[in-house]
Amino acid sequence: MKQWKVFNQLNKSTRANVITIGVIAIIYVLCQLLIAVGALSNLMQGLLVPLCYYSILAVSLNLTVGILGELSLGHAGFMCIGAFSGAFFSRLTENTITSPWIRFPLAIMIGAIFAALFGGLIGIVVLRLRGDYLAIVTLAFGEIIKNIINVLYIGIDGSGFHFSMKDSLSLGLAKDGDIILNGAKGITGTPNDTTFTIATIFLIVVYLIITNLVNSRSGRAIQAIRDNRIAAESVGIDITKFKILAFTLSAAMAGIAGVLYSHNISTLVATPKNFGYNMSIMILVFVVLGGMGNIRGSIIAAVLLTLLPEYLRFMQDYRMLIYAIVLIVMMIFNWNPACIAWRKNHTIKGTLLSLLKKNRKEA
Amino acid sequence: MAMLSVKNLGISFGGLRAVDSFNITIEKGELYGLIGPNGAGKTTAFNLLTGVYKPDSGVITLDGRNITGLSTIEINKAGIARTFQNIRLFKNMTVLDNVKIGLHNNYKYSTASGILRLPSFFKTEKLMNEKAFDILKVFDLDQEAHYLSANLPYGKQRKLEIARALATNPKMLLLDEPAAGMNPSETEELMKTITLIRKKYDVTILLIEHDMKLVAGICEKIFVLNFGMELANGRPQEVLNNPEVIKAYLGE
Ligand SMILES: Nc1ncnc2c1ncn2[C@@H]1O[C@H](COP(=O)(O)OP(=O)(O)OP(=O)(O)O)[C@@H](O)[C@H]1O
Ligand SMILES: [Mg+2]
Repeated sequence: MKQWKVFNQLNKSTRANVITIGVIAIIYVLCQLLIAVGALSNLMQGLLVPLCYYSILAVSLNLTVGILGELSLGHAGFMCIGAFSGAFFSRLTENTITSPWIRFPLAIMIGAIFAALFGGLIGIVVLRLRGDYLAIVTLAFGEIIKNIINVLYIGIDGSGFHFSMKDSLSLGLAKDGDIILNGAKGITGTPNDTTFTIATIFLIVVYLIITNLVNSRSGRAIQAIRDNRIAAESVGIDITKFKILAFTLSAAMAGIAGVLYSHNISTLVATPKNFGYNMSIMILVFVVLGGMGNIRGSIIAAVLLTLLPEYLRFMQDYRMLIYAIVLIVMMIFNWNPACIAWRKNHTIKGTLLSLLKKNRKEA
Repeated sequence: MAMLSVKNLGISFGGLRAVDSFNITIEKGELYGLIGPNGAGKTTAFNLLTGVYKPDSGVITLDGRNITGLSTIEINKAGIARTFQNIRLFKNMTVLDNVKIGLHNNYKYSTASGILRLPSFFKTEKLMNEKAFDILKVFDLDQEAHYLSANLPYGKQRKLEIARALATNPKMLLLDEPAAGMNPSETEELMKTITLIRKKYDVTILLIEHDMKLVAGICEKIFVLNFGMELANGRPQEVLNNPEVIKAYLGE
């Protein structure tokens, strides 16, 4: 009972963090147990890492869309930059830094930094744009990144790096040379450093970064800009600085998701499927259905909406129909005023408390 | 020395001269009223003073510093805070957070210490909470500190706007119709609060108001604007008995 007292004294946001991280940890342990006893299908095992990086993508996009309040349709582009820069680094240093314990964190850092650079750039470019225009520019950005990578060739030999935007032959590599990025054929042979454990750790890290940010001075400033830009200016909030900060951080974390992705597969190529606008929109769907500004909701939506199509596979062609219906139901559950009121009166805590009271009365 | 001195301020929207040769000098600690019929240019004058609009002409000096042409953000940092005629709160944030955003530039710690929860985060947040509650208490809003600001009744939203503006520690406070939409007893209470904060926070106030009782009751001087131009300026009794003013307010 004493522990509960301590728990109740924590402030609301810290308590929410403890609960969310606890639930993630419990699910993680459960999955590991199921794997150990062989009760988790191969399909499910293969989904564990994707669930983590989709959740990271949703959480990080929520910073731009839910917390800052700007519509971005290019999130997959930042993921793409992270994926390629991280994989490039790992391929390059595979033989020099042999320990994945050193190499992989470095790859993650590099992926995050490169994505952040582009995030900051986009932030500066789109400062003057709002609404539809911003959406169009970010959408175009995602597509451009993907297409540039598809025609980019980078190799290395004794004399250093070689670049080309034509084909691998025009790199003019020496005999001992190594093509690392091979245009539309992408990067092959990236070490598979991503594990479920590492992906879970990074999900928790990203979750903490965003929630801590939201409940701090800078996070308040970002939300103030979302709620009322003119009022935020009137109390001296530096709009430019905090918009760029939000875009940069959001991109950096999408970059981390990209690195986790690229180190979980054997061949990394940029296709419309993994880094196209479909992907960006899917992440946006996670955010909208999970609730704008609701970080925990983003994770739940990402997990449910990733698992659902897999579980509906047996329905074949009806799969996407059911998926659409679930989307609509979730949307109503999240946004309908009556549902919101119902949820307020039926919180988990409230239900537990009333159950406890009932038990006490009966006893 | 005057706290605010405005010389020859003006702006046009297309053919409309919304504010023309606006001259006013407000002494330190003074409570000045700005009145005038609808569309006279009062809010536009505020927007000029706070950098929302760039003036076509004129010079604005705050406490000896020329602030003409500065951005809204810089003007707030220089010491002018305001409220809005059409309330502009941070609606999805709590009452407490609204005030803490006002404290943003006076209590600092880096983004990184916020994310990493370094000691400076806890120390500064504690100070911010104390200061914010101090201000909320003055406006009798401390009980509602954790409500969403959008859920406050109208009168309290107006008060929260003043609280947020005060949190920026301004030299000069501009209030745009602070009593609009309030009932007489709320207005009465607001008048008391305004005279109180003026002393407590040592702030010079310029307020726009349609409620004559409020203006005559608390202002030391009144400026009357009509069609963007000065109609009268001086002590309340003189101004309110001025036939021109009566004509402008009551029509021919
Ligand atoms: N951004 C703008 N563009 C064009 N015209 C404007 C703009 N802002 C204000 N005006 C015009 O300037 C005039 C003065 O408006 P302002 O809002 O300053 O009046 P006010 O004295 O505050 O009136 P009220 O008592 O109704 O608040 C009005 O005719 C208004 O239509
Ligand atoms: Mg007005």
